[in-house]
Amino acid sequence: MILFDLFLILLIAYSVGFLYYGLYRNITARFQRRFGPPITQSFYDSIKFFSKEDSTSHGWMFYLGPIIMMTGAITTLFFIPFFYDRADFRGLSDYGNLFVVLYLLVVGPLGNALGVGVSGNPFAVMGVTRGLSRLFAMELPFYIAVIALISINQSADIATIASNQHETINAIAYPLLFIPALFAFIGMMGQSPFDVVGAPVEVYSGPAAEFSGKFLALLMSQGAIFSFAKLVLMVNLFLGGASGFMELLLKTFLLFLFVIAFGSLYGRFKTPQSIDFLLKVPTVIAIVGLILATWS
Amino acid sequence: MIEGFLKEQQTLEGDLNSDTSHKSSVEYLINWFRRRSIFVLAYGTGCGAIEMPPTFTSRYDAERLGIRGAATPRQADVIIVSGYCSYKTLRRIIRTYEQMSNPKYLLALGSCTVNGGMYWDSYNTIKKLEDYLPVDMYVNGCMPRPESILEGFIALQKEIADGKASSWEKYEENYEFYRKNQEAVLGKKVSPEYETNWYLYDGGV
Repeated sequence: MILFDLFLILLIAYSVGFLYYGLYRNITARFQRRFGPPITQSFYDSIKFFSKEDSTSHGWMFYLGPIIMMTGAITTLFFIPFFYDRADFRGLSDYGNLFVVLYLLVVGPLGNALGVGVSGNPFAVMGVTRGLSRLFAMELPFYIAVIALISINQSADIATIASNQHETINAIAYPLLFIPALFAFIGMMGQSPFDVVGAPVEVYSGPAAEFSGKFLALLMSQGAIFSFAKLVLMVNLFLGGASGFMELLLKTFLLFLFVIAFGSLYGRFKTPQSIDFLLKVPTVIAIVGLILATWS
Repeated sequence: MIEGFLKEQQTLEGDLNSDTSHKSSVEYLINWFRRRSIFVLAYGTGCGAIEMPPTFTSRYDAERLGIRGAATPRQADVIIVSGYCSYKTLRRIIRTYEQMSNPKYLLALGSCTVNGGMYWDSYNTIKKLEDYLPVDMYVNGCMPRPESILEGFIALQKEIADGKASSWEKYEENYEFYRKNQEAVLGKKVSPEYETNWYLYDGGV
C-alpha cells in the first residue's frame, strides 16, 4: 500500500513539476512580450534528451552525480506530506520529520558537486563553487525561520506545523519569518536575482555543462521533482498546508507564480552580491523574527 | 570518390531503396519529440551570426517552435554555420561538431556555405562546406533574414519528423572522405590534442 502511495506521489510530482516548468517558460515569455513555447515543452525536451546518445565519459563518479541528485530529490519528496489531515499521500513522513528534510535538501547538490568536480570542466566547477557558496548563504535565513517555527509549534513534524495554522497561516502570523524564508526560497528555485549557478552568459550552463543525453534528462527530471517538493514544503510550513488536491495545486502554483514574477522583474546579482545580500538582509530579519516569536 | 553522373545515379537509387513508410511507431514517436525540441548551439561563425539573436529573442521568438539556445555542444542538437568559414574557424567548427552527441544536425546559412559566395577566391576560406562536414539544411541568401532562418528550421523539423535528417550517420559512414578534405586545408593535425587538465596550468583556473 505504501509503495503504491509512493509511486503515486512520484508520478504527481513528476508530471506537475514538468507542467509548472512549461508554465514557467510560457509565463516568462509573456513577460518578455513573446508567445513562448507550449506548456508541454519541458516534457518534449526531457524525452528528446532521453533518446539521445551520451558522448562524454569521465569515469563512474561523473555518472553518479546526476543519480545522487535524483535520489536526493525523490527522498526529499517522500518525506514531505502532501496533506495535513489525510491518511494517504503522506509518503514516509511518519518516519522522519523536518530535520530529515532539511538534511536531504542538500544531499543532491553535494552529490552533484562530486560528479561535476570529476569532469574537470572549468565552467562546471565554477558553477558548482557558486552553487555551494550560495547554498550556505541561503540556508542561514531559512534554517533560522524553520527553527523559530519548530519552537513555536513545539514540534518538528511537518503535518503538525501545517495543521496548527487553522486560524491564521504562518505567513501572516509571522511575516518576519516568512519574508527571509521566501528570499531563501527564491534562491532555492534558482530564480533571479540569485540565479548565479547556471548563469548562461557567464558560466554557460554551470554544473550541467558537461552532461549530455540521458544524464542531462535525469538532471531535468530531478529539477522538476525537486521544485515541486520544495513548493509543497513551503506551502506546508508557511501557507497553511492543504487538505485537497485543488488547494495544494492552487497554493503551490500561486507561490510558483510569485517566484517567476519576482525573477522576471529583477536582474542577476553577482555571486558576492547575492551572498552578501542573503547573509545580511534576510538573516537579520529572520533573527529579529526569531527573537520576537520566542518572546511572545 | 564517385562524381558526376554516377553520383547522381547512386542518389536516385538510394532514394528508391529507402522506404520510410514502414517505420515503427516508437521511432515515429521519438522523431516527433526530436522535432518538437531543438537546442541550437549559441555559436556564430561568420557575419550571419548577427541574424541569430533576433531569431531567438522577442521579435521572432523561435522558442514557440521548440527551438532554443544551448550553451555547450554537449547539450546541442543543431549547430549553425552562419556564413563564410575561414580555415581557422573550420578547425573550431569541426572540433565542436565532433563533441556534440548524436543525433546532431548542421544548418548552413548564406551563399558562402554553398559555394564560397563573395569569398569564392579568398585564400583562407573554404568554398563548399559540404566537403568538410555533412549539411542537413541550407538557408540561402546573403544574409538570410530571421524569417528565412525560421523557415529553414521548419524544413529541418519536417525532415527530422520523417526520419530523413541523418547527416551524422553520413559523417560516420564517409569519415575518410571528410577527414581527407579537412586534412587538405588544415594539415594533419585537424583537431588539437585533448588534455584533461589544461586548466590547471598557464593562467587557468
